[in-house]
Amino acid sequence: MEITRRRLLVLLPAAAVAWKYIQAGTPEAAPNYKIAEHWWGMLIDIPKCIGCGSCVRACSEENDVPDGYFRTWIERYHVPDWKIERPEVSSPGGGKQGFPAGQELGGKNFFVPKLCNHCEDSPCTQVCPVGATFVSPDGVVLVDKNYCLGCRYCVQACPYGCRFINPKTNTAEKCSLCYHRITKGLTTACCEVCPTGARQLADLKNPKDPIHEFLKTHTVQVLKPHMATGAKVFYNGMDGSVR
Amino acid sequence: MFKDTEHLIRLAVVMVLALLLFVVLRAAVVPKSFGQYGHYRGNAVAEIAARTPRFAGHAVCEGCHSEVFDQKKLGRHDNVPCESCHGAQGNHAEDPASVKPQLPDTAVICARCHEANSARPKAFPQVVTPDHSGGLACNTCHKPHTPKIEEEPKTASTKPTGGKK
Repeated sequence: MEITRRRLLVLLPAAAVAWKYIQAGTPEAAPNYKIAEHWWGMLIDIPKCIGCGSCVRACSEENDVPDGYFRTWIERYHVPDWKIERPEVSSPGGGKQGFPAGQELGGKNFFVPKLCNHCEDSPCTQVCPVGATFVSPDGVVLVDKNYCLGCRYCVQACPYGCRFINPKTNTAEKCSLCYHRITKGLTTACCEVCPTGARQLADLKNPKDPIHEFLKTHTVQVLKPHMATGAKVFYNGMDGSVR
Repeated sequence: MFKDTEHLIRLAVVMVLALLLFVVLRAAVVPKSFGQYGHYRGNAVAEIAARTPRFAGHAVCEGCHSEVFDQKKLGRHDNVPCESCHGAQGNHAEDPASVKPQLPDTAVICARCHEANSARPKAFPQVVTPDHSGGLACNTCHKPHTPKIEEEPKTASTKPTGGKK
């Protein structure tokens, strides 16, 4: 094609628009999702958890979590009588295949599902030297795997042990609260499959979310409140022995 | 006045050039969206959100399998989501004709929830499977969508309440 003055005048603005599009990067993935109108957390109802491991399996499948690593896992607590400061905690294979049958140990026994607490003042994002992990504007702690150096600072900083280094990518990995699902109006994979409703996604900025009524009427705790991380995973019916 | 002022001017020129080089390099290297929301790459948020979900969600299941939902409403598995037992069905929902889900093995999948364990809530129905079914698949007697047995069990040798805690 011969470039005449007329053609050049037509092409130049078109090229400018295209270049601007390239510079802008990935277009908005979920067009109807307004990032400023959400503030995500989760509710975990411990008396409802049956330790079936559905959440762990679903999380692995949804997020390609490598074998032996966990974005969410289940702990089985055994508290012998009055020794609430010395609980016996077990999590065979993260509880992915459920728990061994029986285990009649006496005392108090219960399951505690764990995951990233999506802290408002998260220690893990504060130590990242390159800005590869951050609290998104809707309150989800995410990892930018294309920017992560794999320095492991964040793995050490998380007081809840929720992060690991993916052995394939050598970058930090953690629960993303299924960000690719919740921005499309779905719930997280773990909440989707929970058979008893022990896990529930909560949008704290949505006044119609049942979480507000629940928080008002129940005795709810977060893990390690003394760390002042602003954790947003709320546990109902949590025993004092839970670490 | 200093002696040999042009030395200082030369130094100043070198420093200004270095600063310019830094500014130009920085603009070239730092991603455009860095700092859009905070001290991170703003585009990362959309990139993470762009992945395709693998679990379709029970609302999608209901679109085609509403008869199963009607059946489930009659029993205690009403609130158990489809993919809890059937696994991730996003691919099946995308292309129902060619991607067929496999039926789960009830002997394995039921026990994950209902095998007796002292850490489970006391009110939750639990059985010791060797005593309860003797290794038979659970759907020999129970219908998984409406698990309560209404009539006599099909085989006389199995006692559905035998191992109940």
